[in-house]
Amino acid sequence: MATEIPKNHKKRNDAILIAALLLAAGILFLATGAAKKDGAQVCVYVDGARAASYSLFENREIPLAYDGHNTLKIEAGAASVTDADCPDRLCVKQRAISKQGETIVCLPHRLIVKIEGGDAPDVDGVVR
Amino acid sequence: MRSRRAHRLAFYALMLALAMIFSYLETLIPVPFFVPGMKLGLANVVTMVVLYKIGAREAAVISLARICLSALLFSGAFGLIYSLAGGALSLAVMILLKRSGRFGMTGVSVAGGVCHNFAQIGVAALLLETGALLSYLPVLVVSGAVTGWLIGMLGGLLLSKLARLHL
Ligand SMILES: [Zn+2]
Repeated sequence: MATEIPKNHKKRNDAILIAALLLAAGILFLATGAAKKDGAQVCVYVDGARAASYSLFENREIPLAYDGHNTLKIEAGAASVTDADCPDRLCVKQRAISKQGETIVCLPHRLIVKIEGGDAPDVDGVVR
Repeated sequence: MRSRRAHRLAFYALMLALAMIFSYLETLIPVPFFVPGMKLGLANVVTMVVLYKIGAREAAVISLARICLSALLFSGAFGLIYSLAGGALSLAVMILLKRSGRFGMTGVSVAGGVCHNFAQIGVAALLLETGALLSYLPVLVVSGAVTGWLIGMLGGLLLSKLARLHL
């Protein structure tokens, strides 16, 4: 505390810090999100391992039963979780996803729903 | 001396109660949509106040107690590991930045907010063994910065009200 830095210096440093963080976020956003392509299939991962995948071009509701129940809805090329019995139900609150790489997460059920590209689903769990 | 200890104890109890109220209020705020790792972290105001009013160790104890209690009451045990990771990283960074003496409360709080979200999404990515979650990082950095800024302001307000309180 002997050599206290003046208050306006601190304010300036705060502003620099905030600007740097926002700049980093902007760069990250451009780097990860610029070339988002429409997806072709929605894949379900449980504990990091792919458990099933479904075509995005077929409107339907799919009950998922792994660590718990989640209802996956596919409509107009987008996927969303419409119902779940997890304690926080945060997966239900997440937005519908349609672009490659987008995800919906259910942490309590250790489940990830992810949009991927490709022509046709290549893993079982698909009823065509 | 004894009355000073009693005063401090009462202050801790008050701060913990305040943190619980903030945690509860937060569960009532409706969010239009949810991004994993994103949290308002209103209770962090209390951590800020204790950090600036008393010290780093006390802030750590209070925020640990707050995280465990609110996991018990609101979010359930599964959320504990995320909250702990977020709380630990954000507090560690806030203590370091405060100690450096180069930043004001706003900067310290913003860094804390960003680090909180950062740690939560990091733990989720590790546990779920997927890098896909990291695409949320830009949103999380911005939301962490905004909530951190808000919390810094609130904390500053509270501290100025508490300025005459000697503990
Ligand atoms: Zn869920």
